[in-house]
Amino acid sequence: MTDFLLELRSEEIPARMQVKAKEDLARLFNDALAKAGLAAASVETFATPRRLALIATGLPLATDAVSEETKGPKVGAPPQAMEGFLRKAGLTQDQLIERDGVYFAVVEKAGRQTADVLAEAIPAIIRAFPWPKSQRWGAGSASTESLRWVRPLQGIVAILGDDVVPCEIEGIVSGTATMGHRFHHSGPVTIGNAGDYAEKLRDAHVLVHFSERCALIRDGAKAAAAAAGLTLVADEGLVVENAGLTEWPVPMLGRFDPAFLEVPQEVIQLTARVNQKYFVCHDSAGKLANAFVCTANIAAHDGGAAIVAGNEKVLAARLSDAKFFWEQDLKVALDDQATKLTQITFHEKLGSVADKVERVARLARWLVEEGILGPCSPAQAGAQPANNDSSDKVLDPGLRRGTQELADQAERAARLCKADLVTGMVGEFPELQGLMGGYYARAQGETDAVADAVRDHYKPVGQGDEVPTAPVTVAVSLADKLDTLAQFFAAGMPPTGSKDPFALRRAAIGFLSLLLQNDLRCSLKDMLLATGAGNSFDSLEEFLVDRLKVQQREAGVRHDLIDAVFSLGGEDDLVRLLARVKALQAYITTAEGANLLAAYKRAANILKAADGVDAAAPAPADLVAEERALLTALDTAAPNAAAAVDAEDFEGAMAALASLRAPIDAFFDGVMVNDEDPAKRAFRLGLLARFRDAVTQVADFSKVEG
Amino acid sequence: MSDIAPLSFQDLILTLHDYWGKQGCAILQPYDMEMGAGTFHTATTLRALGPDPWNAAFVQPSRRPTDGRYGENPNRLGAYYQYQVILKPSPPDLQDLYLGSLKAIGIDPLLHDIRFVEDDWESPTLGAWGLGWEVWCDGMEVTQFTYFQQMGGFDCKPVSGELTYGLERLAMYIQNKDSIFDLAYNNATADRPAITYGDVFRENERQMSTYHFEVADTDMLFDAFKKATAECESCLARSLPIPAYEQAIKASHIFNILQARGVISVQERASYMGRVRDLAKGSCQAWMEKNGWTA
Repeated sequence: MTDFLLELRSEEIPARMQVKAKEDLARLFNDALAKAGLAAASVETFATPRRLALIATGLPLATDAVSEETKGPKVGAPPQAMEGFLRKAGLTQDQLIERDGVYFAVVEKAGRQTADVLAEAIPAIIRAFPWPKSQRWGAGSASTESLRWVRPLQGIVAILGDDVVPCEIEGIVSGTATMGHRFHHSGPVTIGNAGDYAEKLRDAHVLVHFSERCALIRDGAKAAAAAAGLTLVADEGLVVENAGLTEWPVPMLGRFDPAFLEVPQEVIQLTARVNQKYFVCHDSAGKLANAFVCTANIAAHDGGAAIVAGNEKVLAARLSDAKFFWEQDLKVALDDQATKLTQITFHEKLGSVADKVERVARLARWLVEEGILGPCSPAQAGAQPANNDSSDKVLDPGLRRGTQELADQAERAARLCKADLVTGMVGEFPELQGLMGGYYARAQGETDAVADAVRDHYKPVGQGDEVPTAPVTVAVSLADKLDTLAQFFAAGMPPTGSKDPFALRRAAIGFLSLLLQNDLRCSLKDMLLATGAGNSFDSLEEFLVDRLKVQQREAGVRHDLIDAVFSLGGEDDLVRLLARVKALQAYITTAEGANLLAAYKRAANILKAADGVDAAAPAPADLVAEERALLTALDTAAPNAAAAVDAEDFEGAMAALASLRAPIDAFFDGVMVNDEDPAKRAFRLGLLARFRDAVTQVADFSKVEG
Repeated sequence: MSDIAPLSFQDLILTLHDYWGKQGCAILQPYDMEMGAGTFHTATTLRALGPDPWNAAFVQPSRRPTDGRYGENPNRLGAYYQYQVILKPSPPDLQDLYLGSLKAIGIDPLLHDIRFVEDDWESPTLGAWGLGWEVWCDGMEVTQFTYFQQMGGFDCKPVSGELTYGLERLAMYIQNKDSIFDLAYNNATADRPAITYGDVFRENERQMSTYHFEVADTDMLFDAFKKATAECESCLARSLPIPAYEQAIKASHIFNILQARGVISVQERASYMGRVRDLAKGSCQAWMEKNGWTA
């Protein structure tokens, strides 16, 4: 048994690719070993900006001899089959073995030296390496077939035990020499074996363990902040990125002019993080401090004073840009910015962003005026469906005033919500859309409700994001998503397959989350018609129900039950639909529910086979007890279930159905449906039809799986 | 900074010329047309194509009308200077050669944090792209370092290594100045005082910003764009890639001014860029054909 070291040294590997590259190297190496019939006791991988490495322990020195048997043609098979088999096996017929009337080719493979296996595997791994982007370089690149690597490959260290595994790829010959830190060490570092790799490089100012560099940065940055009496804002993404940019990480604290703290702290954090890869700090009051932590790749002569001074200057230049944008943007009212939205195309078929804003403003007001969104949240008010009889609303002048106020705020927020797209700050940092609008709205004296709505109206962005609950925000966010969905579907641009260029799936999930989380009661059809985008939205409704299935999967709601309720038609209040589905699921998963489902399926099968079923077929004079019991049960259960559904008492509806379970089971046990007497048969089929119809008032059980 | 006196702006250029000249680069003069970046110089664009070795270094005045700030912003200019080096094929020690140039201009890599940070370069108007880095010095981007993979839509065979130094940024760094306009352009002698970058260029920035943002006649420019396009095509029809390419450069610059004037809408922007790209690609193709090189 012995150990093996492989190091692939190159020019700087992008930080974001290193973690995945380690995994790929381990996988390709293990695959190559397995193919040769070898396995290592352990495989550890390393990545730094300038090297990707692997140490495998416990490798045998050679592979075992193996005997490989391949099944061939039967004795007496056509000569062509035999010839083909022999050609493939590289054997003559007398070398084959015959067993049970079948020929077998047996090839004895001698064991191979592990070093030989590796010498072949290394170039193959390099050529097969799945970098997200790779390049050609140097004189060899005169051919486009030349070697590709993430950046120019410079050296290969391959040592099995204490010996070099000789191999070559495009003029790069394997050896024992690598390079240390780019600036702290000059000349080659000679590696003896896998065991001294990490230590030799540590002596040359290279920490090959990714996790060690991460820990140094994580702890060092924290300590640097603490030494200044500050708290580091932890950011694991930055830890990993800085570990991918350094071989000898040295975190250091720098400062910036506190005057920059006037700029919203998200802006400071973003420019520090994204542009400069700096951590930010909080002061003892939990506020953003005028300090940052950068991670250098050297232990500088002067203790890092020059590096810190340089980084402070760079950040100051960036922050003064940000401050300039902030101050310039504050000089222009959002209403004036909004007029520039006529210049920005939302989509060539759907007009400008200004057009969209107009539609969203109208829709947001409509959502409030229809009572879908109330001045107090529906949950507080006690959820009731929107009532189309407007006389109800006239009754309470206080409520009406509240509604008008909310409608005004929703419309106002909607008119301002996209205005930040033309500000200097969002032009520079597009990811701050919404957030900056919120700041600018508050600064120009909008109410908190309006400013919050401007800030949060993009939310929720996908599943798992925070779902707004403030009524004004919900109105604008809902209107925005509703408009996007309805417009793109009406213009014939739904998502297809994996293509969803307008992120309509995400908009749908956001729309559904807003409805469900806030318990908003409304007919989906009414809402879609209110967008003014078209007259018919069947495909969009189906799309939304599909998205509902995806969204509810995590919560364990069964997709077939959603279909079972939705396919009844007429149920397009999604909040009510989901309540119904949940009640159905609770019942159908009990033993009793399963029995009722089985009885339904049995009834449906019998009805399908019969022709001319009449639910109102007259009862013959001599009813058997089971018939009578079912008839009585149906007379009660059918109207009870219908009434319960109307009252949105879905548990009650299930209870009504449950009362049918015993009579229907008894009916099937004691009665032959297809009786010779046509009158009896017609009546019994009619009973089953009534049973089916009663059940179907609650859900279309034919869609239920199982 | 380091022990030696920091280089003036002109000495920075002279030092780089000296360094790269000694590495075997031909020291060329700027291309005598308005362009947005050194990459547009024929010594880069056209010479990056084909099999012949090519090593050159030059300063290229680069005009970015939309970046003009009337000489008011200490970090932004509508016209600035790039130092460009192109080595074909890319030598195996290109990074070391580059680091040598930083040492030559007075940057000590054990005092300053030099880093190669992923940054892939792409020029949609030239149909070109490459992989490489932005080089950071204490967090400041001082150079773009690229291995050209394609130019004008053609694979580079072999690949060139291209370095683009931002001279003003580098000088601000070396001289420790907070404003471009305070940079020492040269050094004083006993008889003659030193001048600053601002002494030389600030008025240009003011006037050119006014011109690009407020004055430039857009009808004339739209017309000129059309004419440059037509001229490029007529040169291509006569197999004259170099004059054709000059018209592509001209069209590109006119487009940049129109952008600064704010008269090109977001939708139109892509179409204008596509037209410039077609001209540049056509010129590259004609250059390949003229030289008898196949794609």
